[in-house]
Parts: sequence; structure tokens; C-alpha cells
Amino acid sequence: MLILTCPCCGQTGEETEFHAGGEAHLKRYGPGSSDIEFEGYMFMRENPKGVHFERWRHVYGCGKWFHAARCTMTLEVFGTYPAQTLSPPQELRDKISEKRPGWSWRDFA
Amino acid sequence: MSKAVSALGGVTWTDGIATVHEAPLQGMITVRGDLTSKGVIKAATGATGMQMPAQGTANCNGTKGLCWMSPDELLVLCAYGDVAQVLDGMRAALGDQHGLAVDVSDARALFRVAGKGALEVMAKLAPVDFRPSAFGHGMFRRSRLAQVPAAFWMQEDDAFHVVCFRSQAQYVFDLLKAAGQKGSEVSIF
Repeated sequence: MLILTCPCCGQTGEETEFHAGGEAHLKRYGPGSSDIEFEGYMFMRENPKGVHFERWRHVYGCGKWFHAARCTMTLEVFGTYPAQTLSPPQELRDKISEKRPGWSWRDFA
Repeated sequence: MSKAVSALGGVTWTDGIATVHEAPLQGMITVRGDLTSKGVIKAATGATGMQMPAQGTANCNGTKGLCWMSPDELLVLCAYGDVAQVLDGMRAALGDQHGLAVDVSDARALFRVAGKGALEVMAKLAPVDFRPSAFGHGMFRRSRLAQVPAAFWMQEDDAFHVVCFRSQAQYVFDLLKAAGQKGSEVSIF
């Protein structure tokens, strides 16, 4: 069970109060993009054992979207951060590095 | 005009570890907007005479109150009969500032769960940390009760106010009764 803290309303709840929204930090390729780019956006997903970044929605609470970093193996939640960003905050990355030295996820490390 | 009635007609249940009572019609107004903007603050505080609640809290007194729903949403409580008048006042206070105030009184049901076992009843149904150190007087929480969304706060000791959608009132009432059955104390608190 994941214990998540919503960065919008500051409330801590367990995962049934939230809804998972898939992988984080996807860049959309729409009309005009190449087939390869669109395929990557549409279908290609990380499937890591370890550090993972996801989007979540506080569906029974404030209703807002946010990001969460967690470990897929131990279900440890490293932290949550607002949705209005293109990459995880440095502070959180440092925290993950402390616990999982040498981690990488897509272009982040 | 037809006569306005609450969802379950003010039903009461006392045959358990807590009493469950459906409150009479309660005026509720949803306010959406920037909660730090002057217009929204003026509209909300002017309507109820209450202070703006901090994040995750509610300032309530009797049938009047202000509840913090999310960073951009506020629930204003007032007497059911005063809603139209309060709304006019709020819209005037908002002026041309961005914000929205809507009467949602008839879309909701309000329960009061009271008694020694009230805390246990709530803790069985919501995935919320109800330890007295974590949840106390004046705090306001939106979460779920079993399968439906609900919001609740403690206005006095051992008594919760629970707001849910009107269409789910019977479900929530049945839930509260089931969780409050005699002899079902967990005695965890």
C-alpha cells in the first residue's frame, strides 16, 4: 500500500483515496510529428524495477493532479511534487540518490 | 413550490456505539476561486462572519461556517433559508473579481455522528488517520466513506459532521449504521 501526500492540499492518505494516472513527464507529439515520435508518445513506456515517476490524482480529496516518485519493487514513496513541472525537483532527485545510488529513469538521474 | 425536504427526512439511529442523525436542511454554497484574493475572502467572511479557514481546517459555529475544500475551493455553510440572500451578498462582494459561488444545498446530505464510538465508526469507513494527535477539533478532511466521496469535520468532541452527495445519502446512512453496530468496538483509540 502506498501512502501519498498530496502537494496541493497537504493531506496524507493511502492509495485508494487517489487514482493512478500513468507515467509522468510524457511529451506529447501530435499532428505534424513523425510516426516514430508519435509511436513513442503513444505506446512506449518505462517498466522499471526500482525508481519510477508517475502521475496521480487526489480523486476523493481536492481533485488535483500531482507527480509522485516511488520504488516499484519496495513500494517506498520517495516524495510527491506539483504537476506544473517538466522534471522532478533537484531536491527530490538528491533524496532518491541517497537511497538508490546510481538510479536513472529516462533522462533523469 | 413544493416543500423542500432533506434526503432522508431527518432520520435518526441510536441503536449502536454511536448515534447517527441526518441533519435538517443545511445551506451550502460552493465557492471557487483564488482563496487569497480579496474579493473571495470578503465574500466568504462577509457571508458567515467567520475567519478564513487555514488549509485543511474548518471554522464552524452552529449552522454557519467556512470549510477549506481545496486550494481553490471553499464550502460556505449558512442557514438553508438564507442561501439566496447570502449568495446575492457574496456575488456583490466578489464584484468583477474572478470567482464562482453556487448554491449546492440540495445536492448534498449532512449527517451528524456522535457519541463515544463516533471516532471508531469513522475510522472504520475512511482511510484517514483519526488518532487524536492527527485529527482533531476544527480539522476538515475530504476523503471517502467506503465507496463514496465524503467530507467530514469535528465541530465538538466525539461528534463528526459528514457531508456526502444527496443521491448517496441512504448508502452513507446504512454504512454508518453497519459500522456502528453494537459490540463492534475495536477500542483502538
